[in-house]
Amino acid sequence: MVLLSFLLLSFGLTIQAATPKDVLVVAQIAEPKSMDPATVTAVNDFRILMNVYDGLVRYRSGTLEVEPGLAESWTISDDGKAYTFSLRQGIKFHDGSPFNAEAVKFNFDRMLVKDHPYAETGPFPLSFFFSAIKETTVVDEHTVRFRMDDPYAPLLSNLAYPTGLIISPEAVKKHGKDVGRNPAGTGPYQFREWKSNQHVILDQNGGYWDGQAGLRSVVFRPITDANTRVAEMLSGGIDMMVEVPPDNVATFSSNSSYALHEQAGPHLWFLILNLKEGPLQDKRVRQALNYAINKQALVENVLQNTATVASGPTPAAFSWAYNDALQPYPYDPAKARELVKAAGAEGATLTFYVTEGGSGMLDPVPMGTAIQADLKAIGLNVKIETYEWNTFLGKVNPGLEGKADMAEMAWMTNDPDTLPFLALRTSAWPDQGGFNSGYYSNPQVDELLEQARVSTSQTVRAALYKEMQRIVHDDAPWVFVANWKQNAVTGSNVQNFRLEPSFLLLLHKVSKN
Amino acid sequence: MLRYTIHRLLLTIPVLVGISVVVFLIMALIPGDPATAILGAFATLENATKLRAELGLDRPLIEQYFTWAGNLLSGDFGRSYALNRPVLDELLERMWPTILLAGSAMCVCVILGLISGLLAAVKQYTWVDQGLTLFTLIGISAPSFWLGLMAVSLFTVQLGWLPASGMYTPYGDESLGDLLVHLLMPAITLGLVASSVIARLTRTSMLEQLRQDYVRTARAKGERETAVVIKHAFRNALVGLIPVLGLQAGFVLGGAVYIETVFQWPGIGRMLVNAISTRDILLVQGGVMMVATIYVFFNLLADLIQHALDPRIQQSHG
Repeated sequence: MVLLSFLLLSFGLTIQAATPKDVLVVAQIAEPKSMDPATVTAVNDFRILMNVYDGLVRYRSGTLEVEPGLAESWTISDDGKAYTFSLRQGIKFHDGSPFNAEAVKFNFDRMLVKDHPYAETGPFPLSFFFSAIKETTVVDEHTVRFRMDDPYAPLLSNLAYPTGLIISPEAVKKHGKDVGRNPAGTGPYQFREWKSNQHVILDQNGGYWDGQAGLRSVVFRPITDANTRVAEMLSGGIDMMVEVPPDNVATFSSNSSYALHEQAGPHLWFLILNLKEGPLQDKRVRQALNYAINKQALVENVLQNTATVASGPTPAAFSWAYNDALQPYPYDPAKARELVKAAGAEGATLTFYVTEGGSGMLDPVPMGTAIQADLKAIGLNVKIETYEWNTFLGKVNPGLEGKADMAEMAWMTNDPDTLPFLALRTSAWPDQGGFNSGYYSNPQVDELLEQARVSTSQTVRAALYKEMQRIVHDDAPWVFVANWKQNAVTGSNVQNFRLEPSFLLLLHKVSKN
Repeated sequence: MLRYTIHRLLLTIPVLVGISVVVFLIMALIPGDPATAILGAFATLENATKLRAELGLDRPLIEQYFTWAGNLLSGDFGRSYALNRPVLDELLERMWPTILLAGSAMCVCVILGLISGLLAAVKQYTWVDQGLTLFTLIGISAPSFWLGLMAVSLFTVQLGWLPASGMYTPYGDESLGDLLVHLLMPAITLGLVASSVIARLTRTSMLEQLRQDYVRTARAKGERETAVVIKHAFRNALVGLIPVLGLQAGFVLGGAVYIETVFQWPGIGRMLVNAISTRDILLVQGGVMMVATIYVFFNLLADLIQHALDPRIQQSHG
């Protein structure tokens, strides 16, 4: 140890430079998979992509409402089946090729047309966001039209989602499948270098149409180990980290060298309940579960206030569609015991799928065991089975029948339609290609969701979603547990940064002093 | 010597084939599905089945193995599902950091291990010996990732001397000095644990040699003590240690997995950890094959050096 200290002392004085001026170093939780927006699904990747690419539309900063992006304006036909976009002129991709209607058509055809010459640059896991589009036509150089068989209200917000970001067709043609490592978009920053598990570097795009970016460069570093991420932040090796572990939040919030950012997002952490067999077929038992689980304690103690208690299937972040008349099921073990007794389910044993970790899953194992203890207190035995995330998805997504009574799950979505449409409808049962793994079925909910989808009026949609939430809240096909507040820490010298409700990281206006 | 070398080289072939079969089976049989891993949380049954067919995962195992092994022989390691790039590109990019880290750790291991073992033997039963024994005992017992975390908390967070992670300062000049600063903590942490074993063995082996008749003869002839210890005893002790060094090289490679994760070193170890969790089968298989090959090569090298150094072994092999 003496030798070690000596060696270190001899190096000691020259080391530990701060991050360069004008360069923002951001720690990410994982290595990105690809920088091809059509092929990735993780928020981790989207955080980089949003700074390299633009979509036709984008979320207005601080909201989930859509505003013009690469499209200056758009018109929706009276029957709601055709969207025509007027594109901004004079914009070039980072590789120098022009952005125009042909480029837009190329992007959507690549994802949606099976025999497209570049379809093999996929798979495109989220292309179903746009599956309503039957045809993309180039009206003229700066006008593009999407045609659909039926009206599809979530189209605009899906276009603002990272899957709708526009990549340079020339780059796709040139690099094929490797375009994910050689991206070219139109965004405020352009790709410079990607070294595996070291960094992705983006440089300022000098001619950006929406005003020059505030930094010379942005460096994204994957630092998978949470302790190392915190150590780097404390030692000044990075300027920003996202997803601060709950245990470290206090360290940063109490120190004036750092700024802690929090933002509630469209996230829901819930339990899928198996309605096809076993005691949870009975609505009273499902409601009992909602009463029995002390969500406030989960949010305060396990998650250390990095989340809020969820009231229903729709997160409050979708303010226009959120039914604020609904209250979370209160913690009421006495009532829960009563309901379980009335249903004759006392002493039942429930199999509970818990995952070790995964996208948006927060702290799944401690949450699972806390839930187990709460249910034990009302006389239900819970048998936990823990699986690694991918294995877990492989078991849950095909449906819980014959395997489990309940499973943890979390979703982050961009439109109030997405989660209920994909996970609560009768025709979203797993055998029909959906994510309704608990086999919930209520014709009224089906009807409301179908109507909301084809309505072009936001007021009408809002009313339909609110009614849907009321019914689902009462039917309790899920236990509604928590809505995550995303967080990030920056050095106090980082200016103009805010977290977005979309969970995306927008660095266009950010600067350092 | 040439015949021996060729013989040993040929022996590595069945070893590598065996490894390839085991690696292939392990990855094929562990639960978790690459199709789900690629498609993420949005993997519907239908899409996953389709993708599995595209990836050839629905074909019989034996057919998959021969396709993979055949491609491997022609230098085609396949394409990583998760990273969407050729496995070989990724491996080549990752190999050098690992070799650099493991190589530096081996240097730390050899230098620290041999010197402290030698000192402990020469100063047997003094405070030097006892101190080193205690120290090496801690070294053997402490897990390297724990040492790594402790080092980060001391030298990065408390003292602010060394960077906690990475190989170069992002956006830095990638100079040698920058590399050394980043290399120091992981290499020492990794080398320290391995050096403890070497130190213990060197001590024992040296003590054994120092009691031999030839040492007494050398001393009787009036040679200086340093020459007796270094030229005579140490040289002979080394012969027995070389195969152990070969094994330690393997140990260091294995330890690199933890150390690369703690220090975010961009090497093969960390790549493997990520690849296993994303069920990136081809990347895991390619990575393990590469590490195994390096390991086999180290052992071969150790054998050949020992063979060259020790005339008795040469005679027995002709």
